[in-house]
Amino acid sequence: MIKLNSNLMIHQYFCLMIRYLKKQNFWFVFTPYFWLVLFFFIPLALIFKISISVSEWGMPPYRDLFSLSEEGFKIDSTLSNYLFIFSDPFYIRSYLNSLSLAFTSTILCLVIGYPIAFYVAKSHANIRIILLVLLIIPFWTSFLLRVYAWKVLLQGSGIINSILIHLGFITEPISMLHNHYAVILGVVYTYLPFMILPLYGYLVKFDLNLIDAANDLGAKPVNTFLKVILPLSLPGIIAGSMLVFIPVVGEFVIPEMLGGSDKLYFGKIIWDEFFVNRDWPVASALAMSGIVILVFPIVIFQLMYAKYNFKNE
Amino acid sequence: MSNSFLEIIDVTKRFGDILALDRVNLKIEKSEIFSLLGSSGCGKSTLLRIIAGFEKPDQGKILLEGNDITNLPPYIRPLNIMFQNYALFPHLNVTNNIKFGLKEESFSKQEINNRVNEILNLLELNGLEERKVNEISGGQQQRVALARCLVKKPKLLLLDEPLAALDKQLRIQTQFELVNLQNKLGITFIIVTHDQEEAISLSDRMAIMQNGEILQVGNPVEIYEKPKNTYIANFIGTANIFHILNKDNQIIIEELNYEIKNINNNKNFNKCLIRPEKINIKKIENQSDNSNVGIVKEVAYLGSYTKYLIEVNGIQFYSFMQNSLVSDNLQIKWDDKVEFKFNDSSIFLFND
Repeated sequence: MIKLNSNLMIHQYFCLMIRYLKKQNFWFVFTPYFWLVLFFFIPLALIFKISISVSEWGMPPYRDLFSLSEEGFKIDSTLSNYLFIFSDPFYIRSYLNSLSLAFTSTILCLVIGYPIAFYVAKSHANIRIILLVLLIIPFWTSFLLRVYAWKVLLQGSGIINSILIHLGFITEPISMLHNHYAVILGVVYTYLPFMILPLYGYLVKFDLNLIDAANDLGAKPVNTFLKVILPLSLPGIIAGSMLVFIPVVGEFVIPEMLGGSDKLYFGKIIWDEFFVNRDWPVASALAMSGIVILVFPIVIFQLMYAKYNFKNE
Repeated sequence: MSNSFLEIIDVTKRFGDILALDRVNLKIEKSEIFSLLGSSGCGKSTLLRIIAGFEKPDQGKILLEGNDITNLPPYIRPLNIMFQNYALFPHLNVTNNIKFGLKEESFSKQEINNRVNEILNLLELNGLEERKVNEISGGQQQRVALARCLVKKPKLLLLDEPLAALDKQLRIQTQFELVNLQNKLGITFIIVTHDQEEAISLSDRMAIMQNGEILQVGNPVEIYEKPKNTYIANFIGTANIFHILNKDNQIIIEELNYEIKNINNNKNFNKCLIRPEKINIKKIENQSDNSNVGIVKEVAYLGSYTKYLIEVNGIQFYSFMQNSLVSDNLQIKWDDKVEFKFNDSSIFLFND
């Protein structure tokens, strides 16, 4: 029965495709895929190509992968870049630092963002519009400027230190900048809306009667949250966490501006390899490894989650 | 003083400038089906939410079996509510929805399973245990919502528009099932509804609410036959309301110029109600000397009975005639002259 159904669905899909093609809506359907191929897969392939090339002085700073000379066709590829980065604990440590930064800031974004999202979703429609605009307004300013603003706020002669000294809590300005706490602060500040918006999307659909129903059936507020609100907002939590976690792993601007030398982050290392050391092959190998290590767990998770959702539809 | 099962004493609730409930007093007895009836915005749902514990009254008290429960949170109150949209948990299957409330109490697994099976049998939900709640029909969802409450064996069950989401056929069937279930279990039911037919057929007693006040409490017969004012008379069924003139010891229905005999009006009532089914009409061919003559302005055949709109002296009223006398009735057409008749004892006098 299910088999039949899926065959039927495939059949219907093909009929639909053919209809689309006949109507010359081909471009309409395939534009996103062309976009993806053009701006994602091709650049990725180029990076992969560089990552298995041999480094040398020059412009570009790597040897051509394929060369055609009098001696014939030659492939000049190497895995040494990969071997190099995996043999040096410096790179692995920086990757772990980035993972831990991403993990910490995702949790913090979730803890801070969830109540905000809940409050926005459950406020009166007129107020909700204002709150949503307030959430989005920061995007109108450059992200660089906003991170730079934190630098100004946190510095020794900055407003926070001035206020603390003025109130008599401290006598000397405390150093709040150039450490990994400042990085976490900057990341959480920057990525909070990416957590709040998907959460809001799910919570706004949440039927408040369910909370009353759980209370009425004897569930105390904590249990109501754990057994009803949390499971029903899980898709939003996952979407928000992905939107924060994945980009933060590769984040290099915030560590560059707010961070110090106490912890090195993966994104920053790639940047340095590319632009400071001009070792494009190693930088590319780092980028590729980062993607692969991150992509597989996420794909597996997504598949499992899709299966879980399908079962629960 | 003997306590009622549930007492609502001077309950007042404001939402901003709106007075949702205005010093409401109500006594509900054990094991009765009590309806709160009123149009939307009359405060009936607010009263239900206050009884359930979702809202706190600004003033007043709620006593359940003599105990003050006004400040108890909903999860401690020994009562349950069935929501209009059922509020079933979409992430749980039928069994887990029903189990939800039991898991919050300290029952053994054995006890929980026994109770769930018992309620599944009672509400004929067997075979749906593993189904998601959005995979089952509206009628089945309604029974799951009911089961989820009843499995907790509450002292009091609140039902918010329990039948509103069902189609008409199912509604009538479910009405009887609800009454049967209540008789079997003996749980006190408080039903909020805007549907007067539903309230009349379900309730032992009912309260009519308007603008946050209770206008009248009584059994359905009292409320239908002896409404306290014009609003209630019109809200329950169709009402013909006339003015009364008292002069020289005569009691006269002003509009019809009809003298009521054998009735005592020492309270100087100024209005009267005659229900349409109590007015009989008969076609007349010629001008008769009888003064009770009107003209048919509308005829609506409704199967078991026919509605006639009669006009006399510029005012209009309804007469409903059973179609058991079909041969006579069907001869009455638009603009026919009819003689109307009613028994003096079917006139109800009131002040408004």
